[in-house]
Amino acid sequence: MTDTATLTGPTGPRPKKALSPRNIMLYGTLIVVSLYYLLPLYVMIVTSLKGMPEIRLGNIFSPPVEVTFQPWVKAWAEACTGINCDGLSRGFWNSVRILIPSVLVSVSIASITGYVLSMWRFKGSEIFFAILLLGAFIPYQVLLYPVVIVLRELGLYGSLTGLVVVHTIFGMPINVLLFRNYFVTLPEELFKAARVDGAGFWRIFVFIILPMSLPIFVVSMIIQVTGIWNDFLFGVVYTRPENYPMTVQLNNIVNSVQGVQEYNVNMAATLLTGLVPLTVYFFSGKLFVRGIAAGAVKG
Amino acid sequence: MSSAEHAPAGPDKRPIRLFRNLWSKIAAIPMILVSVGIFVGGTIWTIVYSFTDSGLLPRLNWVGLEQYERLWSTRRWLVSIENLAVFGIASLILTFALGFLLAALLDRKIRFEDTFRTILLYPFALSFIVTGLVWQWILNPEFGVQSIVRGLGFESFTFDPLYDSSKVMIGLLIAGLWQGTGLIMVILLAGLRGIDEDIWKASRVDGIPAWKTYVVIIIPMLKPVFITALVLVTSGIVKLYDLVVAMTSGGPGISSEVPAKFVYDTLFTRQNLGQGFAASTMMLVTVAIILIPWALLQFRGKKND
Repeated sequence: MTDTATLTGPTGPRPKKALSPRNIMLYGTLIVVSLYYLLPLYVMIVTSLKGMPEIRLGNIFSPPVEVTFQPWVKAWAEACTGINCDGLSRGFWNSVRILIPSVLVSVSIASITGYVLSMWRFKGSEIFFAILLLGAFIPYQVLLYPVVIVLRELGLYGSLTGLVVVHTIFGMPINVLLFRNYFVTLPEELFKAARVDGAGFWRIFVFIILPMSLPIFVVSMIIQVTGIWNDFLFGVVYTRPENYPMTVQLNNIVNSVQGVQEYNVNMAATLLTGLVPLTVYFFSGKLFVRGIAAGAVKG
Repeated sequence: MSSAEHAPAGPDKRPIRLFRNLWSKIAAIPMILVSVGIFVGGTIWTIVYSFTDSGLLPRLNWVGLEQYERLWSTRRWLVSIENLAVFGIASLILTFALGFLLAALLDRKIRFEDTFRTILLYPFALSFIVTGLVWQWILNPEFGVQSIVRGLGFESFTFDPLYDSSKVMIGLLIAGLWQGTGLIMVILLAGLRGIDEDIWKASRVDGIPAWKTYVVIIIPMLKPVFITALVLVTSGIVKLYDLVVAMTSGGPGISSEVPAKFVYDTLFTRQNLGQGFAASTMMLVTVAIILIPWALLQFRGKKND
């Protein structure tokens, strides 16, 4: 009887006290830091919901006394850049029109290139890959003008198509690396068996590789969606003002010198621009982190 | 589909080498065009034209090192370089210190790890334009931090980095750190997770305090992760552009100009191509100085394996 009692007694390490000094330090630090990180988001939200008189009187951290959505409406539909006063919606739709083809084209090309580099290597393919990876470190400023010339020669300078080409080019290093590193981990036997059965380049890609690689496609798309949406430099350099993406238009609205600054409208516009990548981020969770890790740790 | 290599063909039917697996070669064309045509070709083009007197349009009229001499006697360029150095060193030290501290805290088997990580990383999902504009608002001297602290009774409190040319880089740094620390934290956390649990057990058995284990054992073990992150962050810092445009537009005066902005302005608004090419070549040289030792290190490391 006593034997079984000792045997069935509490096992495992002694439970730790929840409120040890160590835990208070640990969680205290993390909570303070987290609050600091959340502060700008909070400030954006409360500022965008206040009227201008309230902003002039109160402080930026205080919650709105009277909630108004007018700044959001104005930012979306009425804010001016230059002579155009149709708000940020124009930039939003430009960004969408840039984003969708850019993501589709760049992810397709990067995945096929990664597939070639992992399963259909040929003499010299590794050298091109090495150059491609080194290309990721070239400051964009070095290539800005040569790419202008290429686009002009192709008749694409200033157009949305041109920008799609640019995003595909500059998204290649990281995404090809991502796909190649993933594809080389797939079992080689599968590939060999398919070839013995007579499947060719595209059949193997579409029917064997694709179904096994959906997560990595999602990771690549996350990288591209946030990267392309957040791009500013390429938008400014390679598109005409009527095609400016949202980031460029946002900057022009907020930093324009004419007129009285409407901080609530500015913050609503800023939030609107940040909304797409934030949504992607909050919904993708671990895959977003995986995208970063893929680029960083293996690079 | 049909041209892919099938089961071994007879020796007499063997196709020419170049056309074997034709599709794989066609599929590699974008990579070849981008790597050779754009990356190598574009870089060489820019370097070559930096030795010419190209103005509004590129032209091959050699002037030797004149563009570089002019560049290094331009005050705006010198300020840009100095700003980049200050910003770069300060943000490297601080992002790594903070990033590692946060990674170590998150690695202590805490509850709500996912929540904390999500909060600390979300700024990284935002663009530099959004980041710059929010912090411009928070640091606004009339409404932001300064006015709030003054409102608390400290009438003479002054903190308006964006309007003070001696402190403007601090303002940029605050925003840059907010945006970028999460990235380093995540990379280092991935590195920490890769460390064998037994090492922790062994150090605990020997009675070594946690902080000492980090300094003496863990950090040296993470050296490859640190170096890779360092290269990544540094080549990102050299590109610093959008944040400056959104927060200060290079002001007050020229006190927050950076090389990437110098290049853009010189190429596209002042249309002095030769100067722009020389400046961007200098940026490339900077990256090369950082990159080459790293590449050699990686290469040597692989040989030793």
